[in-house]
Amino acid sequence: MSNSNYILELKDISKNFGGLQAIHRLSFQVEKGLIFSIIGPNGAGKTTAINLITGIYPPGSGDIFFEGRKLIRKRPYQLAHMGIGRTFQNIQVFGNMTVRENVMVGLHTKSHSGFLKCLLQTPMVRKEEKIIRQKTDETLKFLDLDSKADLRVAGLPYGDQKRVEIARALAMEPRLLFLDEPVAGLNLQETQEMSSTILKIREKGITIILVEHDMNLIMGISNIITVLNYGEKIAEGSSKEIQNNPKVIEAYLGKEF
Amino acid sequence: MNSLSKQKDIIGFGALAVIIIILPLFVESKYYFIVLNVIGLNTIVVVGLNLLIGFTGQISLGHAAFYGLGSYFSGVLTVNYGFPLWPAMLVGMLATGAVAYLIGYPSLKLQGHYLVMATLGFGIIINILMGELEQFTGGHDGLMGIPPLTMGGLAFDNDLKNFYLIWSFVFLCMLAARNLLNSRVGRALRAISGSEVAANSLGVNTADYKVKVFVLSAMFASISGSLYAHYITFISPSSYDFHYSIQVVTMVIVGGMGSLWGSLLGAGVLTYISEALHVAKQYHVIAYGVFLCLVLIFLPEGILIGIYNLFLKAKTKKHIMKADRH
Repeated sequence: MSNSNYILELKDISKNFGGLQAIHRLSFQVEKGLIFSIIGPNGAGKTTAINLITGIYPPGSGDIFFEGRKLIRKRPYQLAHMGIGRTFQNIQVFGNMTVRENVMVGLHTKSHSGFLKCLLQTPMVRKEEKIIRQKTDETLKFLDLDSKADLRVAGLPYGDQKRVEIARALAMEPRLLFLDEPVAGLNLQETQEMSSTILKIREKGITIILVEHDMNLIMGISNIITVLNYGEKIAEGSSKEIQNNPKVIEAYLGKEF
Repeated sequence: MNSLSKQKDIIGFGALAVIIIILPLFVESKYYFIVLNVIGLNTIVVVGLNLLIGFTGQISLGHAAFYGLGSYFSGVLTVNYGFPLWPAMLVGMLATGAVAYLIGYPSLKLQGHYLVMATLGFGIIINILMGELEQFTGGHDGLMGIPPLTMGGLAFDNDLKNFYLIWSFVFLCMLAARNLLNSRVGRALRAISGSEVAANSLGVNTADYKVKVFVLSAMFASISGSLYAHYITFISPSSYDFHYSIQVVTMVIVGGMGSLWGSLLGAGVLTYISEALHVAKQYHVIAYGVFLCLVLIFLPEGILIGIYNLFLKAKTKKHIMKADRH
């Protein structure tokens, strides 16, 4: 059913919204440990594809497998427990909390105390809290956020907020990480920093699925690129192959006369 | 939580304990004891409600009903059925929690503010039932002769003893709330109010957590209601109408949403002011309204954080003026 080299497999996924076919018979496989990018013009179905995989809504037909296990009809919080992390296109930080607390929420799946135990602060809660603190510190250091740990996230610059989102997802120790437009709205320097951050994350052995409009970033760090247009896959390959693919050029720039 | 805020908590709770122990030495009239005890009872409800509204971002307009369920379970079980006192309180708390679960589960599964509507209707229904189920509740005339709580040989049968009883519960409830807030569950709740979809993506079962915190906050209200019934020894439906639900929500907002110590302050200030404003006679309600407006306009984050911010502002201004002179 599934090749063990693939961490994620989409098989013939389709999704309609009313009469609009957002995704049509989409299939692809993501190899472990790579940066796999999804690109395409506006309205190509990239965000829909991400939302289908991350359980925001179910596909009309087709199958999705993560490490050989079916993903369909799993709720977003269940995906987190399976080892899939994500960030959001429009920032979704917990603005009312500090950077540290945001990252600590990322360790939710690594701890288990329920309401009653937490109300009574049992020894188990304290033990878990210690582990959470320690892992949070490691994650903060990894993303150079330790100097801002105790600041409220709502007051931070945009680029820092994006890093907080990534830190939070990384704290989960996911095996697959979705980055939905991680450099949208960032300036040149912040974009370069983000690019090296993403490479650092791959070095940890985490597979990354990247959706982005910034072609410099995509071409610079992707191992495999999949191009969508009108909900269908029109090309897949290395950055060189994609840049020279006439179908891709046509999708972005139109036909040559 | 870092060591600094841990220290602050130890100081805060230490101070609270000391104040609870010595305050009765300075209170002479029975009237002020009653006011203080009512403040304590309200604080328990408001702390629970703040967990729901201030920290998790879900609104209930039916907490009078949960407060009332606590009172009536304790009252009816002990007066009509001769139940032992503490077990009746426990039964009331668990039953109230179960009822809250039945209300919360369907309405919190939906996205949007269905909990507000469900609790609003529920509160009114329970209030009507208190009056109509005469054979159990004594109807609109109320239920009389509820025995005071006892512990060992000690009966909590006067204002002073009830002061210590009620405020011990305030202390414990606040301590439990603080434990919860500083734990993974508390952070998950705050995350829900920050961004539900993000909390979900990090593995928080948000629907489940919202129902659970709603049940918990109903149980806090129920405990307070039981204490009230055994303290006043008489209960009637008018204490549990819609106005009380609004009153406790107001206390959460005035004290500061998402501020534990603010809950204590909100309950204290509003309970006291609504008492003190009785001198204004028929203008009482207007004066109360003006006070609320002033707080919401000038201290929108609640009085505790609001005054703290004003203090900080004044301090920085002083610094700037000093720097200017040099």
